[in-house]
Amino acid sequence: MTALAALIRRDLRIALRVGGGALIGVLFFLTVVVLMPFAVGPDLALLTRLGPAILWLGALLASLLTLDRLFMADHEDGSLDLITMSRTPLELACAAKALAHWLAAGLPLVVATPVLGLLLNLDMVATAAVALTLLAGTPALTFTGMIGAALAVTLHRGGLLMAVLVLPLSIPVLIFGVAASQAAITGPLSFGAPFSILCALSLVSLVIGPFAAAASLKHGLD
Amino acid sequence: MSLIDLANPTRFLALSARVLPWLAAATVILLAIGLYQSAYAPDDYQQGATVKIMFIHVPNAWLSMFVWGVMSVASLGTLVWRHPLADVAAKAAAPIGASFTFLALLTGSLWGRPMWGTYWEWDARLTSVLILFLMYLGLMALWRAVEDPSRAARAAAVLTLVGALNLPIIKFSVDWWNTLHQPASVMRMGGSTLDKAFLIPLLVMAIAFTLLFVTLHLAAMRNEILRRRVRSLQMMQASQKAA
Repeated sequence: MTALAALIRRDLRIALRVGGGALIGVLFFLTVVVLMPFAVGPDLALLTRLGPAILWLGALLASLLTLDRLFMADHEDGSLDLITMSRTPLELACAAKALAHWLAAGLPLVVATPVLGLLLNLDMVATAAVALTLLAGTPALTFTGMIGAALAVTLHRGGLLMAVLVLPLSIPVLIFGVAASQAAITGPLSFGAPFSILCALSLVSLVIGPFAAAASLKHGLD
Repeated sequence: MSLIDLANPTRFLALSARVLPWLAAATVILLAIGLYQSAYAPDDYQQGATVKIMFIHVPNAWLSMFVWGVMSVASLGTLVWRHPLADVAAKAAAPIGASFTFLALLTGSLWGRPMWGTYWEWDARLTSVLILFLMYLGLMALWRAVEDPSRAARAAAVLTLVGALNLPIIKFSVDWWNTLHQPASVMRMGGSTLDKAFLIPLLVMAIAFTLLFVTLHLAAMRNEILRRRVRSLQMMQASQKAA
């Protein structure tokens, strides 16, 4: 337990200090959202309608891009070998790393959502709904994306290939995240049903993600 | 004769060389019977002759999912039992599965044009088959991205199994998404109340396509084994030259 806590503390510290790049994800999120009005036009009514979808897509891409480094930096300086050889089960270590990554890179996206909601002319309820769904959904993105990150480090390939592999797996999260936000804003469906499914998806990925990532690390590293 | 006996590639090559002609012959005969029966199947009272697309479309759609199942079993073989031929089987199946999925999408869209008036509809089934196609392509890209086949095999095995777990979730969520956006605009055949005149040719075609897959898969596995032998011979030659 102390080993896992130490791992989380270490990852958080590395992510937040110079060269960690945890907040670059937020910057990317902001840039994507700012680009949208240039693509669809500065029509505020349209932006309000598309708002939740734009925010969700931005958060999806931002969390995908930051995941690239989840295992890569540790692999380069050799600490990943120490983690795999340590007595802590690799699955738990992977889960701890993903949790630290979510705290450093996923949570800031949720915090930034209200500000970006202002840019997209979302009202209070809509902004709160999107922020809440992102809070419930981004863990699923981190934990499924972790599988891609583990594959990336064992194959020495990152970038586009991992995006192509991981993005189809995140379709359910996107569907239910946007559906729950839309349900809260316009109805007619209840907010509860899609939101609970979104939470369920997060919980499932919490279980599957560490196991799959640990399996690919165990079989892939040499 | 158990699965472990096949672990020797040479024995597998010898056995598959003996089986392959019979399999190919059975495939051709069944395909001929199936095509003949479906060509002479009665026209549907509503859809006319276009209903014959079904005899090609449904077997392709069935195989698009079946092949992922075969790849999942092969991936288990790679990760759990370390069977030497399992990753060959998984690698050889991916392009075939992608082709079946593509044909299912293509025939479906050609069928959709006269029936629904559009080539593409964001219908739940079409969408989830499209996602399946994307996942096949991603898997093939993964196989192509890494030179060392055994390293690529383990990564692809993990991804295949994760995909197998995720496919039902994706299917379910796309169904949900679809009913949310456009309630029941798609006309469907009468479900399982298919008339016998259609059912028998369809079953024959399904069996014929499955045999076709088995034949193609065995042949592709043989090719893959030979390709790997060529590769290792070339590497040996190169290292001898270097020395």
